[in-house]
Amino acid sequence: MTDFMTDQALPKVTDLPSTIAALKERFPDAVRDDTRPGYEGVIVEAAKLPEFARVIRGEYGFNYLSSLTAVDYLGHGDHLEVVYHAFRVPSGGKPLVFKAQTDRQNPVIPSLVSIYPGADFQEREAYDLYGIHFAGHPNLKRILLWEGFEGHPMRKDYQEAYYEQETKPFDSRWPSGHVFRAEEYNPFGHNVRYPAGFTLDNYKPISEAEFQHGMSLGVDIMGDPAFRTDRLLVNLGPHHPSTHGVFRMMVALNGETVESLEPVMGYLHRNHEKIGERNTWYGNMPYTDRLDYICSMANNLAYAITVEQMMRGQVSVPYRAEVIRVLMAELTRIVNHLWSIGFLLNDLGAFFTPALYAIQTREYILDFFEATAGSRMMCNYMRIGGVFKDLPARIRSEAALVNDRVRDMDTMKYLEQLINDRLPRSIDELDELLSESEIIKSRCIGVGLLPAEMAIAYSASGPLLRASGVPYDIRRANPYSIYPELEFDVCTRPNGDIYDRYCLRLDEMRQSVRILKQILPRLKETAGQPIFGGKSSYSIKVPAGEAYGFAENPKGELGFYCVSMGGGNPWRYHVRAPSFINLTPLGEMCKGQKVADVVAILGSIDIVLGETDR
Amino acid sequence: MNNSGIDLRQLQHPDIPVPEEMQSNVAVTSLSSLYNWARSRSIWPMLFGLACCAIEMIATAASRFDLARFGMEVMRASPRQADLMIVSGTVTKKMVVPIVRLYNQMPEPKYVLAMGACASGGGPFKEGYNVVSGIDKYIPVDVYVPGCPPTPQALLYGLIALQKKIEKQSLGVSASVPWYGGGPSEEIPVPILGPDIIDPRHAEVLRKEAQRNRVTPTVAQSLAERTLSQGA
Ligand code: SF4
Repeated sequence: MTDFMTDQALPKVTDLPSTIAALKERFPDAVRDDTRPGYEGVIVEAAKLPEFARVIRGEYGFNYLSSLTAVDYLGHGDHLEVVYHAFRVPSGGKPLVFKAQTDRQNPVIPSLVSIYPGADFQEREAYDLYGIHFAGHPNLKRILLWEGFEGHPMRKDYQEAYYEQETKPFDSRWPSGHVFRAEEYNPFGHNVRYPAGFTLDNYKPISEAEFQHGMSLGVDIMGDPAFRTDRLLVNLGPHHPSTHGVFRMMVALNGETVESLEPVMGYLHRNHEKIGERNTWYGNMPYTDRLDYICSMANNLAYAITVEQMMRGQVSVPYRAEVIRVLMAELTRIVNHLWSIGFLLNDLGAFFTPALYAIQTREYILDFFEATAGSRMMCNYMRIGGVFKDLPARIRSEAALVNDRVRDMDTMKYLEQLINDRLPRSIDELDELLSESEIIKSRCIGVGLLPAEMAIAYSASGPLLRASGVPYDIRRANPYSIYPELEFDVCTRPNGDIYDRYCLRLDEMRQSVRILKQILPRLKETAGQPIFGGKSSYSIKVPAGEAYGFAENPKGELGFYCVSMGGGNPWRYHVRAPSFINLTPLGEMCKGQKVADVVAILGSIDIVLGETDR
Repeated sequence: MNNSGIDLRQLQHPDIPVPEEMQSNVAVTSLSSLYNWARSRSIWPMLFGLACCAIEMIATAASRFDLARFGMEVMRASPRQADLMIVSGTVTKKMVVPIVRLYNQMPEPKYVLAMGACASGGGPFKEGYNVVSGIDKYIPVDVYVPGCPPTPQALLYGLIALQKKIEKQSLGVSASVPWYGGGPSEEIPVPILGPDIIDPRHAEVLRKEAQRNRVTPTVAQSLAERTLSQGA
């Protein structure tokens, strides 16, 4: 019996309120309820935080630290707050929310990396963006920005070069509609801001080498004189054909074997959260498209769920809207898994042939998205309280796949063909062509191992977690939308290697088709019913409070942690990105493997940089 | 059209008549147009994706939209083998350093296509503290393709526009292509990651600004200043 299973057997009390009561009894001075209106969970004295974490993990079974983030309450108590969401995996249920506060001048919070290794990157992010020092963190340095960057940009008093006003819509644009180019208002004509008196004379930038802990640059000769090997530091990326975008890895090699690997990211850090806090609540919807840009529909859904939760019953989602949402989310899952399998094969050396098959099938789904939402990729389709438009009666598309004939077809018929015939056939086709391939098996089986306990400890989610044998799927563990009434299995695979992750994605696509087949009759039954139960206005006000909304995205748990002060803009808008957190165990998974496998291991995790770096 | 599938009439010099019946087999043309014709139809793009737009670029290269029809399917991962850099996505300050380096490593004649709103001018993330307001702030751009993301059709249109541009370039003494003009092509100074991104070409402006001894003003501050000075 593995560790995490015994964790599950242990918990003293299982329901959340009695757990919290027991914890308050256990730590009478250090734990108190968070009584602010609209808030949940407990506030823990920073000094007692590690002990608290050890207790909830070891005795109460909260073995999975899903999300860790910070909030700057400038002007609302003037403190920084670190917010944790811990779950029980695989049994599921609501998260235990706990928070620790620290002052803004000299913020220090004990690190939880030794208890929850999954906190590693997330603490580094909070350090980078908020300047919070996590005492005891083994490798606390900037993660999204570079060493030497001036300031901690997510703090409320940080103003970027193009800063105009705290929140949108800006007075200069609304309602008069005056538009100008921000560059013209910067002395350099660029998006830059320097400290007072800064010049390039005598300036020496901080060298990267200073931050490569324990990695010597250059070549070391090791071993006995008769059989010597080189230790070599190899830099993969950010421009590298196999890194799935602008991702970088520093790999220390002993011969061909990986000794250590450190991911370096932030090359696509486009300040999603800072911009999100200036945007209106609706204004963020199109930005969520650009997080995991392969799965925009699913991102929309997770964000809509979060804000609906914050509206506390003021909006209700009509049944037909839920049906359409699940339709979109499951089609998206298939798009994502097709893409990811295609590109995993690229990484294994089958350059683009399997990917072309996968992309071709994806186009059929994109045609449907385009006909419905108006865009192939950036759908911006869901709204707080439903979806913005019903399915079109007919699908028209100019470029049919075979020739230049214009396709004009009944939408339901198109969907039926797609779901009953085309998709299952494509999945089977991939399966037949690839699964038994000698090369794939010998390159994938037993490579990039992630045991179940480690997957949970590192907060891995989605296919990465399930391929390690952990039956945890948010659609079942914390159901949302109409998933409770749908029949599907939570797929798992036992071994936690690349091959299992590949197979698991095939399994999941089949389950998605199974769900879609149940969606079709529901679509027909609900035809003509309302699709939107929210407020039809350009902007909404959200009651003060916080919420953590999360959904099972194709890549894992996509969560949004939002705080509202009661206005038309989020005070805090945080994205718990599965691609980012799933990278935490990458270094461990690659240790001892051959350098050629690193690329395949990365491919099997399936990341998208838009979401990793945000 | 002859049996090689090439339409020679495209190349035909307008002032030199060729008898009608021979037009499918014979063309009289200038070296420049022959050369440009060949090179515009075998542009090798760099295999290089930045963000969401890269996904549409891959879709363009795949079977449905089939970039191979334009002789461009040979995407090279090495800048030394590429003619065209498709900047497909948001350029961040952290990423612009490697991009400028890659651009410098590409051999002349080289071209840049800015794909999407982000690469053209900053896009939806323009106001971010880590975002560059368009790649043309650092390297020269030949074709801009608007969209967020541009559809594959739009990208193809941009690539056809690039082909047209190449066809118009001359290879003579007053060459518009740096490589053929004979002079060395200039390297773009690589930006530096300091307290913010620094373009080495700004050294002079930096010195001037430093004398004013203030943090670089934000747009809000500059706006306020200008309204004040206009009012006075
Ligand atoms: S233009 Fe739009 S689609 Fe393209 S990279 Fe920018 S945000 Fe993404």
